[in-house]
Amino acid sequence: MTLFLNQLINGLQIGSIYALIALGYTMVYGIVKLINFAHGDIIMVGAYAALLAMTGLGVPFYIAIVISMIVCVVVGVVIERVAYKPLRSSPRISSLITAIGVSLFLQNLAQTIFSATPKPFDVKISVAPIVIGDVSINFTTLITIVVSLLLMALLQFIVKSTRTGKAMRAVSEDMGAAQLMGINVNNTISATFAIGCALAAIGAVLYCMAYPQVKPTMGSLPGLKAFIAAVLGGIGIIPGAMLGGLIMGVAESMTKGYISSQLADAVVYGILIFVLLVKPAGLLGKKTSEKV
Amino acid sequence: MSLLYIKDLKVSYGGIEALKGISLDVEKGQIVALIGANGAGKSTTLRAISGLIPRSQGTITYDGQVISGHSPQKIVSEGICMVPEGRRVFPNLTVLENLKIGGYLRKDDIQPDIEHVYDLFPRLKERSWQLAGTLSGGEQQMLAVGRALMMRPKLLMMDEPSLGLAPLVIRDIFKIIETLHEEGITILLVEQNANAALKIADSAFVLETGSLSMQGTGKELLNDPRVKEAYLGKAPARNGIG
Repeated sequence: MTLFLNQLINGLQIGSIYALIALGYTMVYGIVKLINFAHGDIIMVGAYAALLAMTGLGVPFYIAIVISMIVCVVVGVVIERVAYKPLRSSPRISSLITAIGVSLFLQNLAQTIFSATPKPFDVKISVAPIVIGDVSINFTTLITIVVSLLLMALLQFIVKSTRTGKAMRAVSEDMGAAQLMGINVNNTISATFAIGCALAAIGAVLYCMAYPQVKPTMGSLPGLKAFIAAVLGGIGIIPGAMLGGLIMGVAESMTKGYISSQLADAVVYGILIFVLLVKPAGLLGKKTSEKV
Repeated sequence: MSLLYIKDLKVSYGGIEALKGISLDVEKGQIVALIGANGAGKSTTLRAISGLIPRSQGTITYDGQVISGHSPQKIVSEGICMVPEGRRVFPNLTVLENLKIGGYLRKDDIQPDIEHVYDLFPRLKERSWQLAGTLSGGEQQMLAVGRALMMRPKLLMMDEPSLGLAPLVIRDIFKIIETLHEEGITILLVEQNANAALKIADSAFVLETGSLSMQGTGKELLNDPRVKEAYLGKAPARNGIG
């Protein structure tokens, strides 16, 4: 029972990080139908930004998060304007390939600037673990889960109730009609990238608290996992990304605890394959029938 | 006094001239119909007025101001709204959310306008919480019109409002157009259903492959033999099947 609870908590920790990153994938897909493969590398950008802010500028941890968010938002919005916007009316495969190109560009740029050597990311949070019975919850773990849940609630609120959120939903439904309602499509798409990147920056810092190492290719694995989480939940659907992320995290951690750590990825991908066979649009996805 | 005045408008898409320099004016408070066959440039004209596609030449003057070159947002906020072809309601948003998006640029209270739309279309009120994608074609058309009314347009442009609807529903839609006209909204109507459009139009223009070929009052065009032959489906001589 103790093992189960411990693994569940660990799973929720990593799962909520996946969910935060998955939100970026799913929101961007929802609005421009692009799988932004560079989104994983935004995590890397966010991690380096936070690291440099702490070691270079010597700012405290929480300010480093804000700096990291700002850097990621700027990088994300610039990528969209420079790389994706000119291709908006081209076939989807062009922007997909561009996204892979942007991803490679970011990784190699980071390698040139920071070298391939991993750098340690130490954040000393000296708060004693919370012990409930046999289960001890790390403060970092608790922060990760709470922060992620709050951010997801905030995002849900933004999308449902704010002006920008309404514009985002309208643009994702029908870009042309949204324009006729006086919605500025370019700004709305930029806002979507900005929100996705801000979430990725927070995800990056939380990820570094769990795996305290920063290197140029660090974004690939969590990026891939988060992308799978988004697909698992139903890409384009915000609650789907949250659900997908949590399922992936818990499945991964349970496999590590009960079967073997080496099988963790296999089990996660296995779940994806199974879900896609049964529900091709993802767990929360609706079947889309195209009229002919 | 003309509310909208288009002078020598040319629009090209990738080497093809879709509009070859048309000039037309829309008098305040009138219903103006623009008829023509597929590909004549009717929708292009509307899209150029809304600022969705760039023009290569010509000016568009609205309410005494040159608006050609303005962004679509600016043009909507100035009171030119469009009911697009194929209705284009937001299928996964509710009827109410669709209406609210219609009033996206409004800064004041839009509740009275929602009530007004519901008065015009009681059916939409009943379906307020339903997703727009689940409505019937006619209801979606009502929603598309209602959504455009949320900006309190002075000029309402309607692109093929009768397309794909049952004859009874088409009659309703044309009744609504007349109601809106009585409320003082100027209407620019693009239709392939020339008969219905000309019957309610104060004035009308015929567009043929990018240029205006005829113009007159609705009645004049309705009785014009060339219009009859080309758009009203009355063949000069009939024999056999018909």
